[in-house]
Amino acid sequence: MEPVIDNLDLYWSGFLTSLEFIVYSLVGSMLLGTLIAAFRVSPIPALRGFGSTYVTMIRNCPLTIVLFFMAFGLPELGINYSYFTFGIVGLVIYTSAFVCEALRSGINAVPAGQAEAARAIGLTFSQSMREIVLPQAFRSAVPPLGSVQIAMFKNSAVAGAFGIGGDLYSVGRTLTSARGFEYIPVLTGVAIGYLVITLSAGAALAVIERKVAIAR
Amino acid sequence: MTQSDSGVSAAIGAPLVVLDHVDKWFGDLHVLQDIDLSVARGEVVVVIGPSGSGKSTLCRTINRLETIDKGTITLDGQPLPQEGKELARLRAEVGMVFQSFNLFAHKTILENVTLGPIKVRGQKKAEAEKRGLELLDRVGIAHQAAKYPAQLSGGQQQRVAIARALAMEPKVMLFDEPTSALDPEMIKEVLDVMVDLARQGMTMVVVTHEMGFARTAADRVVFMADGAIVEEGTPEEFFTNPSSDRAKDFLGKILKH
Repeated sequence: MEPVIDNLDLYWSGFLTSLEFIVYSLVGSMLLGTLIAAFRVSPIPALRGFGSTYVTMIRNCPLTIVLFFMAFGLPELGINYSYFTFGIVGLVIYTSAFVCEALRSGINAVPAGQAEAARAIGLTFSQSMREIVLPQAFRSAVPPLGSVQIAMFKNSAVAGAFGIGGDLYSVGRTLTSARGFEYIPVLTGVAIGYLVITLSAGAALAVIERKVAIAR
Repeated sequence: MTQSDSGVSAAIGAPLVVLDHVDKWFGDLHVLQDIDLSVARGEVVVVIGPSGSGKSTLCRTINRLETIDKGTITLDGQPLPQEGKELARLRAEVGMVFQSFNLFAHKTILENVTLGPIKVRGQKKAEAEKRGLELLDRVGIAHQAAKYPAQLSGGQQQRVAIARALAMEPKVMLFDEPTSALDPEMIKEVLDVMVDLARQGMTMVVVTHEMGFARTAADRVVFMADGAIVEEGTPEEFFTNPSSDRAKDFLGKILKH
């Protein structure tokens, strides 16, 4: 494990970069996914159509293709940002389709009477979503949302392969190809870095799930 | 004894809810057939009838939780608007109590009662809570205000649901089988609250199987079968001398035990 121990500072900064990338993608995909889910259950047919088209297109498209569009397609259109930003945008777009569907399963689990009661006291559609339906939907969607987000954490390594730079994946590549270290110890170090993130996320999820449980 | 025992009392005013030639189909099933019904201000109308007669559907069309296919429904002279902000505003004027209570499961009892006034009426939180506690006190649940719905019995939940509807100061209250999901001993506590409301002059449309309530509190009984209004009249007339065979048959079955 010498290459890891000798380069702990590099691993640490890679870990922080990956974590930053993941946090942005997490927040972005939750927000966008929630919006698309609201579209998919909205009373306005155009919004419903947009929501289901979005999910169908994005969910069925390989992540690498989405990232290629970001990294090479958008610059062709004259849109230029750092790969870090493109990586986040690509991952947010891709993950939001899955967030939407996980959340929709939660929305479907909220008894119809809850929304009816909300409408009956005069809440508008968006008020009843915000106040009544989504808060309950999130609670029952915690396990699937957790799986979606853990998958996203790992997908951040795919974005790393596109060269967001300085993240855990890039550290592994730098140490092996540029500095010639052996793969097994270097990649083990990278794997441990990701495991720290995903395992703590799993533990956090268990806590969240207990905290937000509501009795019926 | 209530004043409404004498049938349609003098206090009853102009029409508040008017259904005019209303038809509705669920696929091939003609659930509402040419319904004409007018509910006057201050009147208590009890809708009874066998299961599947369309009485719940009728109740739910009045605040447009169910849409209709033909005819018109007006509330205080205003036709029901299409889905949107205007409909939301109108629904705020119509209180609804459901068979399954439908209290907001993730909110406390007090929050259930104050949500509408705060979000829809724009009341201040403190003001809404003061009024909310008064209403909870009126239905006998004030000491449970900080609890969650699942911690209350069915009868208590239903009384909270009534307080939640009253908090909006509705022009009319709709009750869709409010006691059908309750244990027998809890039915009374809910009916007592409803009888009180009726005495205080609230306009009410009540779908129920509680014949005792119909006798005590109703100004008018509407009997439905197979999607149509078969007959209507004062509780006295209806229970002692129903005119249609369908109603005689129905009353024969339910009053036997």
